[in-house]
Amino acid sequence: MMGLSHNALWVLASMLMLGTAAGLAGCFAYWKRQSLMSDALAHAALPGVVIGFAILGFKSLPVMLLGAAASALLGAWAVTAIRAHSRVKEDTAMGIILSVFFGLGIMLLTMVNRMPGGGQSGLDGFIFGQAAAMVRQDMRTMTAVAAVVLLVVLISFKEWKLYLFDPAFARGIGLSGRLMEAAYLTLLVVIIVIGIQAVGVILMAALLIIPAVSARYWTNAFGTMLALSALFGGGAGVAGTYVSTLGDGWPTGPFIVIAAAGIFLLSLVFGTRKGLFVKAMQRRAQMRRLKPQAVRRDPLAEGEALP
Amino acid sequence: MEPVLQVRGLHAAYRRTKVLDHVTFDVMPGTLTAIIGPNGAGKSTLLKTMLDLHPRLGGEVRFFGTAYRNAKLKVGYVPQRGSVDWDFPTDALDVVLMGLYGRIGWFRRPGRRHRELALEALDKMGMADFAKRQISELSGGQQQRVFLARALVQDADLYLLDEPLAGVDAATERAIMEMLRTLRAAGKTVMVVHHDLQTVEDDFDHVLMLNRTVIAHGPTTEIFTQDTIARTYGGWLRRKERVTG
Repeated sequence: MMGLSHNALWVLASMLMLGTAAGLAGCFAYWKRQSLMSDALAHAALPGVVIGFAILGFKSLPVMLLGAAASALLGAWAVTAIRAHSRVKEDTAMGIILSVFFGLGIMLLTMVNRMPGGGQSGLDGFIFGQAAAMVRQDMRTMTAVAAVVLLVVLISFKEWKLYLFDPAFARGIGLSGRLMEAAYLTLLVVIIVIGIQAVGVILMAALLIIPAVSARYWTNAFGTMLALSALFGGGAGVAGTYVSTLGDGWPTGPFIVIAAAGIFLLSLVFGTRKGLFVKAMQRRAQMRRLKPQAVRRDPLAEGEALP
Repeated sequence: MEPVLQVRGLHAAYRRTKVLDHVTFDVMPGTLTAIIGPNGAGKSTLLKTMLDLHPRLGGEVRFFGTAYRNAKLKVGYVPQRGSVDWDFPTDALDVVLMGLYGRIGWFRRPGRRHRELALEALDKMGMADFAKRQISELSGGQQQRVFLARALVQDADLYLLDEPLAGVDAATERAIMEMLRTLRAAGKTVMVVHHDLQTVEDDFDHVLMLNRTVIAHGPTTEIFTQDTIARTYGGWLRRKERVTG
């Protein structure tokens, strides 16, 4: 990648870290059957960002991210509350929260943008992401977060496996479901919050969802799935960001999603576990093995033919 | 002899429907008990409520004279096979190893000794050849045997099994019943949520007849009678008689 400025290299490194962290945490969401949850959390972060800006009246990233975390967690709590106290199912609850919080965020954003000085807030960048606006400090943050996620996975690999495969049994032998749930949600929210300025609230979930399902096509071992998902996430982050830096003011989020989608398509077709190509090849080989038997007819013995 | 399990006045509900109503019984060590009752009688809920997996509205449960949280490692629970996603990327040996996680200690890796124990348990269930097989590629009966191997390896003193015989092949049923008898012979206590009334008398020395509350509980030879069965299954059997007779 010759000719890239120092700043562009920081951005690429940041996105590598973000993609890796999201790829790992995405596997947890995948096996909790909560891929949509990451989408709901990301959308729910928007009002918090805007409120954080509005309260201070100027742009302070830490405060805006704190607001993002608060409103994402409020969204997660609302999903749980709706599911527990009504007959609404979880996916429906997530759909409601996702759109209501995002709508609220856009409404507040429009109001803030009309305030004096609001136009320069850069808040629009949180919708589709603006990786180019990131600085060296962002890379440090993302590296730290990726390191923490990796550490959590390495230290408690067997606990996650047990919790995701059989939560009831896990609780039965003394693994606190509440603790695991809290750890899972914290990881997810932290990754989303640091990711939204780069990828945007609308498309952040793609980094959490797509690498994990792509990885599933290549392996039958949970550990390998985590490693591949991290690799795919990091790869999509780097590829998408690189392309988006080629144009002036190109949003990062969409390019990353397209890169991730490319990885998914390759996995869907060529994946060694239930990939379409492999399945077709296996079917063909099987047919070829069966065919000679199917067409071979024993010659009828004398007098065996039907009259 | 002290009972291994004491349940007193246990109440539980799903939303506003009461599922368990003042359930009270004791279980003595070395017994093999079938928990029977019609659909919706609260059999699975009883196990889950005792194990703090379902909220308790009232009552008390003691395992080995203490609360469940202090006796966790002495109690082996086998959930229904359908309660997990068998598409999860792992193999049979790995699932059995999960039964040892409590003993291995949190945040530590299983060692060779643990692997050997898990293999031994798989072997006891006639599944040694499938140790490295993806769990999604196992038949329903084989999956059930993996679950039971996981319980075996826990080396618990009291086993609670939720419908281990539901929808399994004859070979698996024999392997499971053999395992339960071996456990009892080793002085362990076993409770099984069961469906097949035909086999209760032959296979279980005790029976707990449940329909939201305990209808009858005791040695099978004494309490498993036409009368108690009719009272447990109540209107359900009567309806069936009308249809068939």
